[in-house]
Amino acid sequence: MAKPIAVYNDVHKSFGDVEVLKGIDLEIAPAEKVALIGPSGSGKTTIIRMLMTLEQPTSGTIVVDGQYLWHMEKNGELVPANEKHLRQVRGDIGMVFQHFNLFPHMSILENCMVAPINVKGVPKKEARERSVEMLEKVGLGDKLDDYPSQLSGGQKQRVAMARALVMRPKIMLFDEVTSALDPELVGEVLEVIRDIAKEGEMAMVLVTHEMDFARDIADRVVFLDEGRIAEQGTPEQVLENSESERLNSFLSRFRS
Amino acid sequence: MTWNWNYVVESLPAIFQGMWITLGLTIACYLFAMLFGFVWTFVRRIPWRPLQMVVAFIMEFIRSTPPLVQLFFLYYAWPMVPYVGLTLDPITVAIIGLGVHFSTYIAEIYRSGIESIDKGQWEAATALNLSLKDKWTKIILPQAIPPTIPMLGNYLIIMFKEVPLTSTIGVAGMLHMANNFGSKNFAYLEPLTLVALFFLVMSYPTAVLFRKLEQKMNRRFDKSNPTGKIDKGVVT
Amino acid sequence: MKGINITITVLIASAILSYLVAFIAGFGRLSNNIFIRKFTGFYVEVFRGTSLIVQLFWFYYALPGLFDIHLASDFWAAVIAIAMNYGAYMSEIVRGSILSVAKGQREAATALNMSRFQRMRLVILPQAVRMMLPEFGNYLIQMLKATSLVSLVGLTDILYHGDIFRSTHLSLAPTVYILILVFYFILALPLIWLTRWAEKQSSKGVASE
Repeated sequence: MAKPIAVYNDVHKSFGDVEVLKGIDLEIAPAEKVALIGPSGSGKTTIIRMLMTLEQPTSGTIVVDGQYLWHMEKNGELVPANEKHLRQVRGDIGMVFQHFNLFPHMSILENCMVAPINVKGVPKKEARERSVEMLEKVGLGDKLDDYPSQLSGGQKQRVAMARALVMRPKIMLFDEVTSALDPELVGEVLEVIRDIAKEGEMAMVLVTHEMDFARDIADRVVFLDEGRIAEQGTPEQVLENSESERLNSFLSRFRS
Repeated sequence: MTWNWNYVVESLPAIFQGMWITLGLTIACYLFAMLFGFVWTFVRRIPWRPLQMVVAFIMEFIRSTPPLVQLFFLYYAWPMVPYVGLTLDPITVAIIGLGVHFSTYIAEIYRSGIESIDKGQWEAATALNLSLKDKWTKIILPQAIPPTIPMLGNYLIIMFKEVPLTSTIGVAGMLHMANNFGSKNFAYLEPLTLVALFFLVMSYPTAVLFRKLEQKMNRRFDKSNPTGKIDKGVVT
Repeated sequence: MKGINITITVLIASAILSYLVAFIAGFGRLSNNIFIRKFTGFYVEVFRGTSLIVQLFWFYYALPGLFDIHLASDFWAAVIAIAMNYGAYMSEIVRGSILSVAKGQREAATALNMSRFQRMRLVILPQAVRMMLPEFGNYLIQMLKATSLVSLVGLTDILYHGDIFRSTHLSLAPTVYILILVFYFILALPLIWLTRWAEKQSSKGVASE
């Protein structure tokens, strides 16, 4: 395995008195596609939200591309990261949300252009070209000047993906990106993710309930149960040939 | 001239006396506004377009012109109006003037309360063949009134803070007493500060009370926000 | 009619100043610094808890006595009193609107690696301002009504001139006051329309909780 792009080291997370994650150790290789599955409340979403710096770990460390994410080294000691440090490391990571979170006051094109221009200082013209290219890739090249409220859920989610891709992250996080969609719109979104996955160079972590989809694109499937990693391995190992009772009873709910 | 405690002691009795007038007048104006608010609300429900439009115009006119001018009109000009003109004492002018002005706001609150009732409630009441009276008293009003209580409470506080306007037509409330004392002794600082303190001490706790009540109401009526708390967090 | 220009000047000056105060105090109440938060909270409660007319008199009669501060002129005493009062009320609107922009918006901006300042400037404020506008419009109408108080501290606005005229032509009192009321209403009309328009606009382009 090549040098990992992200490493979780004994990461715990509590919300108040409730311990949601009870010691997570996880390594993600560059370009690896990891699917996180598990019952609701098992902590899948929290894992990727910590990597996006939306939640702070209670204890443990996360390293991204050789750099501590939530900590920085000062006189040989680890101290909590400041905003400047977070911003520096966070640049490698992108995220697509369950509820899209598009900016309603901007057109679709502006949604994609705002971050490259303001965060990365990309010239306006180039930001526009890159955004148009990405929007065409997700099949929305004809909607550039529409506003989010004019789009269907599936279209919104494709814009959200283009918006994240324009920033060229090394890791992309997908937080149950199809679970807020009407069933007939799920397909178009999964199709786009599949295309992105095929291109290869970017690592992807997907929290998902679409088991067939996970089997299709993931290099590794991680099963979370009660705040711990209970099983992991190739899709065949985890989804078809597991001995674990908990895992099988979880999976049986997805078989028809 | 600096702060002089003697003036505080000397002006206190007069201001205290004025406080009762201010408080009493607040309640009187408020009750009048609540009652008159009903009048607007029900007149507006009469299904005759021209009447609705005229009433809406009058309400808008009263609402968007200064209550001070309305008080002056009632006090100085009403007696000169031919036929219906009538000299009124300052207290009556205050009650009618401020009462009518704020009744237009209170009527809006009543209306929002009534309109917040789901159409299904009316239909269900009709389906149960309730009389018009029962529809209102048993189904609509019991649901429409509670959510409006915090808003109505806020207007009690607003009324309290508007009542000192009436000192301009000679009602001897707190502000009036303070100004009298000031012009007699050339000392405005102490009595005016006292009046401000009195206002703060009375309106702040009341406002906190109604804010609490509002949170409680939200909890009861808005299921999407089960704690009923407004996020007081820091924006990051 | 005399005094119209004073009424309008006072309105414009207090409106601009009060919006400024509202934003400063609104942000102050959301500050990370506890002293700034407590201090602005205190200011807001004091000015909301006392009456505008009392504040006006206090600025006019009492303040010069206390610190030997003379607020340059009657005009500025009046404008500052109105602006401090309405600024306190509107700071709550500023604060509330900023807090009611959906949490996901802030998270999406973070995921795009925006700085605190960029999140506020590019994502939160443009949406929050839309929510503020109708309330700002309502308060503008309230401020217009409040300008009538300045005649009580000697500013020669429309009401002041009306009162003078009335005292020499007693029988014309009804006409005088009705004209003044109509004048205020005509000034208020565009503000009413503006507020209604803002209400229609405000829900567009906003993700709120």
